[in-house]
Amino acid sequence: MQTDSQVTLTVNGREHRLELDNRTTLLDALREHLDLTGTKKGCDHGQCGACTVLLDGRRANACLVLAVAAQGQEITTIEGLAGPDGLSPLQQAFLDHDGFQCGYCTPGQITSATAMLAEAAAGWPSAVTPDVGADRIDLDTAEIRERMSGNLCRCAAYVNIVAAIEEGAAR
Amino acid sequence: MRQFGYERPTQIGAALAAVGAPGARYLGGGTNLVDLMKLGVENPELLVDVTGLPCDRIEPAAGGGLLIGATVRNSDLAADPAIRRRYPVLAQAVLAGASGQLRNLATVGGNLLQRTRCAYFTDVSKPCNKRAPGTGCPARDGEHHNHAILGGSPHCVATHPSDMAVALVALGAVVHVLDGEGAAGVPIEELYRLPGEEPDRDNTLAPGALITGVELPPLEFGGRSAYRKARERASYAFAIGSVAAALAVSDGMVSGVRLGLGAVAPVPWRAHRAEAALLGGPATEEAFAAAAAAELADARPLRDNGYKVPLLANLMTQVLTGLAAEVRR
Repeated sequence: MQTDSQVTLTVNGREHRLELDNRTTLLDALREHLDLTGTKKGCDHGQCGACTVLLDGRRANACLVLAVAAQGQEITTIEGLAGPDGLSPLQQAFLDHDGFQCGYCTPGQITSATAMLAEAAAGWPSAVTPDVGADRIDLDTAEIRERMSGNLCRCAAYVNIVAAIEEGAAR
Repeated sequence: MRQFGYERPTQIGAALAAVGAPGARYLGGGTNLVDLMKLGVENPELLVDVTGLPCDRIEPAAGGGLLIGATVRNSDLAADPAIRRRYPVLAQAVLAGASGQLRNLATVGGNLLQRTRCAYFTDVSKPCNKRAPGTGCPARDGEHHNHAILGGSPHCVATHPSDMAVALVALGAVVHVLDGEGAAGVPIEELYRLPGEEPDRDNTLAPGALITGVELPPLEFGGRSAYRKARERASYAFAIGSVAAALAVSDGMVSGVRLGLGAVAPVPWRAHRAEAALLGGPATEEAFAAAAAAELADARPLRDNGYKVPLLANLMTQVLTGLAAEVRR
């Protein structure tokens, strides 16, 4: 049985060819093989959101994705969010609102929020959306808190995180 | 984690053939299986990734309902306009589970076949009849505040963790299954089995069988439905009790009702007894409460989970009363 694979990962627009043990998660491939350490390892069990990356623009827990299964998708990490002109609006909003204390969950928070805003703009409902059939989402504080519940902050900087996301949504 | 092989077939026939190898398992989004592999609970020798199979669409079914492909991601299911309009209980149930990140990964087929979150099952240093048959069940006398009050056995009292499946049970969904014998439609209640003396067997699927989709029947009152979930924090937690309900009322009488209960049994629980008690009777809060009590008459709580009996009675009564009020508006 072949237990390793030739894996091609497209990360932040660049292709990387790696020989990986099939057990390697996308999170470990990014951190240990590609030196992209912005994506953090928190619980390693899909419970904290620190490892959030984008797969084809959708947020996902990199700790539960096998690297070998992530081939063929555009992977975006926190290192890929800034544009040529500097920080993304959400990154800047987290700075402006002091949306962190220790900063460990921050890459996951920002990456997750980036995709969350796209989900809301696409009209995806959430568990607190009053009418699940509604076409438009009013992204109020309750909606932001529910939609971001997969990202834990042990410093409990939630008040400023929500404020940063509210401003990021408006920019 | 043990080493394993990996394949990603793009044809269903190739997936069935690949999973015939010893120790082979299907891999969907991996949100449960990969986690269980890290914990040493699951030790497959080969993973057959099904996410490349052509089972990723939601489309009209021949009978007038909808056919949901097995590899449709949970988030796409909850966002689908037809699901939200015709079966809001299903969209609500999916959205009540996990997080945005996990719903983007998790597939419909994988959601159905996820394993219990009983802490003894996921801890390989502990006995567990479901994980290691014959070793015993520490939950009965141990930590069981979120275990079953219905359908358990002396060998296992773990609950099924899915929210989505509770709505599917209420809707009477049919699971499309493919195995060596051919294709079959399995009513979702027959997909699951109570633990009895074999708690290691969660379902009735033959070895290597592949779920290809889930068909929703054209339930005319499916649009008048709701899911309510009680949990220990406001979001991102498993249920301690949940109710999926659909209701039709005509001239003040119940002309159609579907009820599913979550986090109370080893399977997503269809409340047949409550449905029978309600059908043809008055659509009143008193009648709803009486039907809920009838459903829970056989509940056998353990030392620390007796709270679930009034919790579920209140949830059932509240959800049905709310739906009846919508009908009147």
